[in-house]
Amino acid sequence: MERAIPRGQPPARRRRAPWADALFSAMTHGAALLTLSLLAGIIVSLIIGAAPAIREYGIGFLWSKDWDPVQNKYGGLVMIYGTLMTSFIALLIAVPVSFGIALFLTELSPRWLKRPLGIAIELLAAVPSIVYGMWGLLVFGPILSTYVQAPLQSLFKGVPLLGALVSGPPVGIGILSAGIILAIMIIPFIAATMRDVFDVTPPMLKESAYGLGSTTWEVVSRVVLPYTKTGVVGGIMLGLGRALGETMAVTFVIGNFNQLDSLSLFEAANSITSALANEFAEAGEGLHQASLIYLGLILFLITFVVLSFSRLLLMRLKRGEGSRT
Amino acid sequence: MDRPVELPVTEKVKISVRDLNFYYGGFHALKRINLDIPEHKVTAFIGPSGCGKSTLLRTFNRMFELYPEQRAEGSISLDGENILKTKIDVSLIRAKIGMVFQKPTPFPMSIYDNIAFGVRLFEMLPRVEMDERVEWALKKSALWNEVKDKLDQSGASLSGGQQQRLCIARGIAIKPEVLLLDEPCSALDPISTGKIEELIHELKADYTVMIVTHNMQQAARCSDYTAYMYLGDLVEFGATSDVFMKPKKKDTEDYITGRFG
Amino acid sequence: MSFATLDPGRLALHRRRKRVNVVALVLALCAMAFGVFWLIWILVETVRLGFGGLTLDVFTLSTPPPQAESGGLANAIVGSLIMVSMATAIGTPIGVLTGIYVAEYGQRSWLGHLTQFINDILLSAPSIVVGLFIYAAVVARMRSFSAFAGVLALALIVIPVVVRTTATMLGLIPNALREAAYALGTPKWKVILLVTLKASLAGVVTGVLLALARIAGETAPLLFTALSNQFFTMNLGEPMASLPVTIFKFAMSPYENWQKLAWAGVFLITLGVLALNIAARVLFRNKH
Repeated sequence: MERAIPRGQPPARRRRAPWADALFSAMTHGAALLTLSLLAGIIVSLIIGAAPAIREYGIGFLWSKDWDPVQNKYGGLVMIYGTLMTSFIALLIAVPVSFGIALFLTELSPRWLKRPLGIAIELLAAVPSIVYGMWGLLVFGPILSTYVQAPLQSLFKGVPLLGALVSGPPVGIGILSAGIILAIMIIPFIAATMRDVFDVTPPMLKESAYGLGSTTWEVVSRVVLPYTKTGVVGGIMLGLGRALGETMAVTFVIGNFNQLDSLSLFEAANSITSALANEFAEAGEGLHQASLIYLGLILFLITFVVLSFSRLLLMRLKRGEGSRT
Repeated sequence: MDRPVELPVTEKVKISVRDLNFYYGGFHALKRINLDIPEHKVTAFIGPSGCGKSTLLRTFNRMFELYPEQRAEGSISLDGENILKTKIDVSLIRAKIGMVFQKPTPFPMSIYDNIAFGVRLFEMLPRVEMDERVEWALKKSALWNEVKDKLDQSGASLSGGQQQRLCIARGIAIKPEVLLLDEPCSALDPISTGKIEELIHELKADYTVMIVTHNMQQAARCSDYTAYMYLGDLVEFGATSDVFMKPKKKDTEDYITGRFG
Repeated sequence: MSFATLDPGRLALHRRRKRVNVVALVLALCAMAFGVFWLIWILVETVRLGFGGLTLDVFTLSTPPPQAESGGLANAIVGSLIMVSMATAIGTPIGVLTGIYVAEYGQRSWLGHLTQFINDILLSAPSIVVGLFIYAAVVARMRSFSAFAGVLALALIVIPVVVRTTATMLGLIPNALREAAYALGTPKWKVILLVTLKASLAGVVTGVLLALARIAGETAPLLFTALSNQFFTMNLGEPMASLPVTIFKFAMSPYENWQKLAWAGVFLITLGVLALNIAARVLFRNKH
């Protein structure tokens, strides 16, 4: 059988634009370097901006309670405490609830309900924080004050530590309110991440546990959770990062009052982000502005520490499951 | 098959399957299976892909219940109790029936904890007894000598063949009576496969073993009884030597001689 | 061992395990209901309070002084549209190129790993800090607040999101596809642009849409960059109003007309952001 021989020559192999590869590569490398320089730029400009305050107060800024624009004396303890406390409360509420949601979505939910519920949770994540803030102030706050704060106050009146925590005017603002709103905000992130990693657990692994006679709770808590711990910790850190840096949801309900006189969770307080949001635009150049930028630098460092800590924690966890040869 | 082949009088029946039908949604996957599984013997299930052998295996420990669209009808009697319809809790049933899967599935924990996992579900043993149980299980699955110095290392640090023996040890540790092996060697190299086949031979002294395999030579080597399945039907069941040398049905003969599948 | 006889120790343990299981599963159900409850409540309130205040004026008139009779959000809406779209236009190419670098050029180099790590930091950096940076770098330099500064601040938020999604999507494309293109003699830049990127286009576009949705609702980075403007302007060199900042100003005030407009604005933002998310989701599903 004769094979037909195609007519004509194969196209001459010549590169149209031999410099195109080099140009494209340079563009991508350049973009990457730009990203790096952005981070450097942020850190540098924050340090420069905060320099007057750093010079003036040094490390003592971190535990000074003063904040007096009139007398030009500043200290960041009130804001730092507010930021850390609200985020702590938010995590305290959000992590168990998110775990419960992820557990429900992966093991309990009937099939037809999984998609809509999953989408509902993801939509909650998309809602802008200003919506949470406004809703928190005008709708949630009043309800919190009547149904949670007032009863808590009468319940713990006179009790030493708890009584102090729930003292103060129960008007629906303060660290507790901000913490709860933050919790609602970060639940979707943590829950969605947990659900995603639970979903990609190999079915054979779960079946092995069921095959030994485990209950659903035992399979999830003793096999799936350890298997997915990287993703779970990552999700929690993601939520924590958001809570620490969140401005609007906190600013509306925290009260924006620079005090740390009582332990009360109901008193108006302040966080780093809400202080910046409220005071920066009008702060005159000088120590006020520099102190605010100093606070911003501290917040940025806190976020950076949280990120690094989560990486370290993950390395530790991997060692805990038994070393790999 | 409508009536089970009668086992020789010397064999005790461990599991008795009667009129078992299985469905994946609307798909009729197992058709009126009737079968008696002999005690303390190895029964192999062979057949081309999709014939239902893994499906059948997974009915014995009700693994299919994890998936809502799968359902079984009929009866599977273990020690006189129909495990498909019983009121007894399914995790107690699974405590009597161990399962090993195609790919090794070590839990993300140390070797010791892998073995102890199942035991801790059912018994509260003090540390000394738990150590003994772990050692016993690892010895029974011929893994003890290789891991006795590294019990606290991750289960995932072992080789494939060792991991599979770890899974067998994990299943044995809870002292079941039946072992279900679903293509246990399909992900392993020939040497590990050989070790596991030796292990199967020793295990049958204490357990009733059922093994699904697509490797006919393995079935011929390891098992005492063989069931040949095709498209959801149990075509032939008998002593392994009979099924392989003098099959009663032509379909069986075609499969065994490699004419298809 | 038959089923009928189980020693009391084992039975007690078994019953306790069952109880724990039931309690855990009930709590999971409650958690789910808890989450859904907040979503419904927030959305219902937003619709109730916001939709009611929605009139044609909202879209045609600019922001009013306090306690005025009429007014709308036109300048804020337009301002948001301008700044958000420009920020996306600037941030997307940089983000995509960096994502391409991370996934296609820098998998083994120290620069690639460093870029990914730095990108993670930027991704979780508080958006208000980004605003501070642009303030120091641009606003202080130019001695005035401007929409341009606002655009830059928003772009800085877009970039890490797009880098992350682009790098992830490109990473999902199997090497076999790239090798097939190389085997034909395709130069690297064409392999990336015409094969790899094209294959992951739906995912990359989804990432861009999600970044867009994110900055549409961002308030903090605009607070001291674009500031706000009571009047209508399209001049990038001036402060410009935006929906989030306007809402912030109006909602915290005691004036009723301002609060009503704030709810209307919240409704519009929520609607826009949810619509973008659903669009991104539909796009992604269609291609898969």
